[in-house]
Amino acid sequence: MYGKGILTGMKVTMARFVTTYLDDLRMLGRRYYNPAGIEYRRSKDAKGIFTVQYPEEKLPMPEEFRFVPFLIYDVMPDGSHQDRCTSCGICAKVCPPQCIWIEQTTNPETGRPVPEPVEFFIDIDICMNCGYCAEYCPFDAIKMDHNYELASYDRHAYHIFNKERLSQPAEYYAGIRPANYSREEAIRREKEAKKAAAEAARAAKAAE
Amino acid sequence: MTEMTAERKLSALEERFPGKVSPDARPGYEGFTVAPKDLLEVATALRDELGYDYLSSVTAVDYPEENVFEVVYHFYKSTGGRALVLSAQTPRNKASLPSLTPLYPAADFQEREAWDLMGVKFEGHPDLRRILMWEGFDGFPLRKDWKEAYYEEEHKPFAARWPEGAVRRSEDLNAFSGNVAYSKEFMAQPDKYEEEAEPLLYAKLNEEAEKMGRNFETDFVTVNMGPQHPSTHGVFRMAVMLDGETIVALKPVMGYLHRNHEKIGERNTYLHNMPFTDRLDYLSSMSNNWGYALAVEKLMGNRVSVPERAEYIRVIMAELTRISNHLWAIGFLLNDLGAFFTPSLYAIEERELILDIFEATTGSRMMCNYFRFGGVARDFPEDSWNKLKDLVNERLPRRIDELDVYLTNNEIVGSRTTGVGVLTPEEAIAYGMAGPVLRASGVPYDVRRADPYGIYESFDFDVAVRYHGDCYDRYIIRMDELRQSLKILQQAVKRIPAGSVLDKNPYNVRVPAGESYGRVEGPKGELGFYIVSDGSANPHRYHVRAPSFINLTALEKMCVGQKVADVVVILGSIDIVLGEVDR
Amino acid sequence: MTDNAIPNINTPGYDVPAEMQGQVAVTSMDRLLKLLDPAYNWGRRNSIWPMMFGLACCAIEMICTAASRYDLARFGMEVMRASPRQSDMMIVSGTVTKKMVPQIVRLYNQMPEPKYVIAMGACASGGGPFKEGYNVVSGIDRYVPVDVYIPGCPPTPQALLHGLMKLQEKIDSQSITRERWYDSDVPADAIPVPVLGPDLMDPRDFKKMKQLAKQGAKA
Ligand code: SF4
Ligand code: SF4
Ligand code: SF4
Repeated sequence: MYGKGILTGMKVTMARFVTTYLDDLRMLGRRYYNPAGIEYRRSKDAKGIFTVQYPEEKLPMPEEFRFVPFLIYDVMPDGSHQDRCTSCGICAKVCPPQCIWIEQTTNPETGRPVPEPVEFFIDIDICMNCGYCAEYCPFDAIKMDHNYELASYDRHAYHIFNKERLSQPAEYYAGIRPANYSREEAIRREKEAKKAAAEAARAAKAAE
Repeated sequence: MTEMTAERKLSALEERFPGKVSPDARPGYEGFTVAPKDLLEVATALRDELGYDYLSSVTAVDYPEENVFEVVYHFYKSTGGRALVLSAQTPRNKASLPSLTPLYPAADFQEREAWDLMGVKFEGHPDLRRILMWEGFDGFPLRKDWKEAYYEEEHKPFAARWPEGAVRRSEDLNAFSGNVAYSKEFMAQPDKYEEEAEPLLYAKLNEEAEKMGRNFETDFVTVNMGPQHPSTHGVFRMAVMLDGETIVALKPVMGYLHRNHEKIGERNTYLHNMPFTDRLDYLSSMSNNWGYALAVEKLMGNRVSVPERAEYIRVIMAELTRISNHLWAIGFLLNDLGAFFTPSLYAIEERELILDIFEATTGSRMMCNYFRFGGVARDFPEDSWNKLKDLVNERLPRRIDELDVYLTNNEIVGSRTTGVGVLTPEEAIAYGMAGPVLRASGVPYDVRRADPYGIYESFDFDVAVRYHGDCYDRYIIRMDELRQSLKILQQAVKRIPAGSVLDKNPYNVRVPAGESYGRVEGPKGELGFYIVSDGSANPHRYHVRAPSFINLTALEKMCVGQKVADVVVILGSIDIVLGEVDR
Repeated sequence: MTDNAIPNINTPGYDVPAEMQGQVAVTSMDRLLKLLDPAYNWGRRNSIWPMMFGLACCAIEMICTAASRYDLARFGMEVMRASPRQSDMMIVSGTVTKKMVPQIVRLYNQMPEPKYVIAMGACASGGGPFKEGYNVVSGIDRYVPVDVYIPGCPPTPQALLHGLMKLQEKIDSQSITRERWYDSDVPADAIPVPVLGPDLMDPRDFKKMKQLAKQGAKA
């Protein structure tokens, strides 16, 4: 019979339509505006309304999510800021569209490069959010941000991020990427311990 | 084993043409060279006697030092096996070769592309117009001595970035604050320039339409569909000649998204190119990554090896990509048929769940940039691995069945697609069709089986094939492939071993000199990357054999004689992505 | 209306006697019209019709934004029109190439006012990763005025929604009395359509070209 296939198909849409309400009733009060509800809507059992009501509720960003990069500084015990970046230039080299500009300083007295950038620019109108800079930076100094709410009315004034705009404290990094942060910290601590041990050994040797 | 058979056939070629065909002597090159005057003869014999009936890729390479252009052909047998690479050289100042289009229609667009970007003329080509750039554009951009307006340096990384990175925008350095450059003579009288409304295109359309003859006592009508048209899946244009409502001639016009992938790719280092490949077929970035990684890994030879876990992850990612791509394709095919939005919304819902896994693992929903030479960038996080298992074992099978019930037996879908846009197996091979389009025409050719890569040999799955070659079969074959992909995925998640996913990840990848062609079965068909390395940090030539682009070669063939409303369906059933068509 | 609504519409500089404040206001047509703005803008911001128009990768994210998970319909923007004549907003979603610019400008010229343009993604804002390419335009704002730029490559659907909310804010801040397109004396200006010559040409550049050629000849 012509139309049988259409009717069978319509049953599917009808079932979906009804499920929407049934599921809302079943999960009354638990479905929207809470993290468990969002998680439910992106799980394998999700039925019914699939929408996440941005901006009232936001999809949680997974740890690896990458948007625009940012630079990390450590807050020293005396409250001063220490950039992690040593201006080694690797990120500028691996950046595929070449949108990182790094200005290195030299010590006026010795004439040798100072391991800290004077300026650091990223043109976010070129950046392809590829994550290479973060992946290949040997000092964990540049990481990919989670903040995607960057829309603006004027790109000429705001879209070349300078060092000040890019810099974030290490806690911020720990907040958005806890697993990566603790893994990297563990490695750092291990390295430092090794260094200290070597130093101690050397000192001991010298004492002998 | 395959090595041996390839060897024997190739020497058979030499035997057949003593003195005319000789193995390429350059280190790292695997093909045969032939003199331009013998090209047609050899190609005919290849097709008719030796069984190499499938011309996969045609591209030109510029060798300024030797002062030649080399055109490289990759032939395959449609029954499977390895490539036969043939190359012919022509002097740079008088670049011209006989066209293979009359023998292998698959060469049509690819020769036009080589003409457009490299300036190699193909004698005997029926319609040699520019294809990606417009007629009248100044120069042949892929030539090594051609420089774009924003030219900085020959190769990346650019010196201006570090250590004295004085930030600037490229447009600030340009006299017109834009990406443009003109010759002096032209600048003297720019307003004398008269834009012509593509006379060559319309002349060709007219010519072909007249050949068809007319059924009505009325004029032919020219209709331009696109570049801004809801049915064209992006910025694609079809110039159509109509007799009443019947199509008598059709010419695809493209290049509206030509992003100079290859020129940029030759400035880039090997590593730089990986995220750029994401943006080729932006619906299936993982497959693109794989094709490129494969080509480079081939060049690197035994300097690199992929850990077993990474091989499994590659398969998992590629098959997930195939599922998400086919879901999208089916949804939007239905959209083209007039089933506005409901099927595509259902399909996108499942796709979103797959993208969640991509996002959690690779960091981005679409632009995954996940493959590295010798593995993949990182392992699955725990929770997305669990999600993946639930998805492939429970949710997706259920939802694909639902989609099947919903659409497959729908009478309207049936009557709009059955018998529309038919392509016979012989035509499909001759036109170089690939992927679902080829297999829907009854040719069981799937690179995963025909020329296996990765660890596909160890999986149990069938190559989906259908025999009518019409739009309905192209729809249903995607349904079949969804199920086969699920089958592979279910095996993969069960068997995946533990271990590392990447051994070394240096930022300055170097590869030995030579050429390589890496191809994978992307969701849209055979995706090939042709790379020529001169041993430096940047590829000398980087070419993409894009399935969407070459699948369009047969669009005219499929459409002529159909009604204008069917064009939309036919185009939808080919499933193109403009990022890959135009590159 | 709140208590202080009447003093609000009072034209500054007119002293209303203290005992009559709250009952009488000296006002002008101008200021009255301003009262209309919030209601009018509320209507406009919640019924924007975007043009169904996608260029590249970003367009896929735009379609996802319109699909069920992000659901543009919540913002009253689900009515995607394929014709520029019926749309209020153009989302330039993807890489703008030289070959495509003339069409985009033409589409923009065909849109009825008031019209808004969103540059979605790095490409549309400033050229993006393909900026150095010979066929790529460094940002659509050189040709059509852009209201909101959304960085990202691609911006996630939520980033696009954020951009659209920025546009709504912008609409909220507009006034019938100030905007050019409500003024019947000011003609809607069409942007000259660029020409595809040996390279992309903006007719506005012709003068400069000749000038440069002359300088070159002299030098
Ligand atoms: S961010 Fe990292 S890679 Fe880049 S210059 Fe600084 S230390 Fe080097
Ligand atoms: S994310 Fe990629 S494109 Fe962006 S600054 Fe880092 S390396 Fe460059
Ligand atoms: S900004 Fe990125 S995602 Fe968007 S069109 Fe450009 S390359 Fe594609």
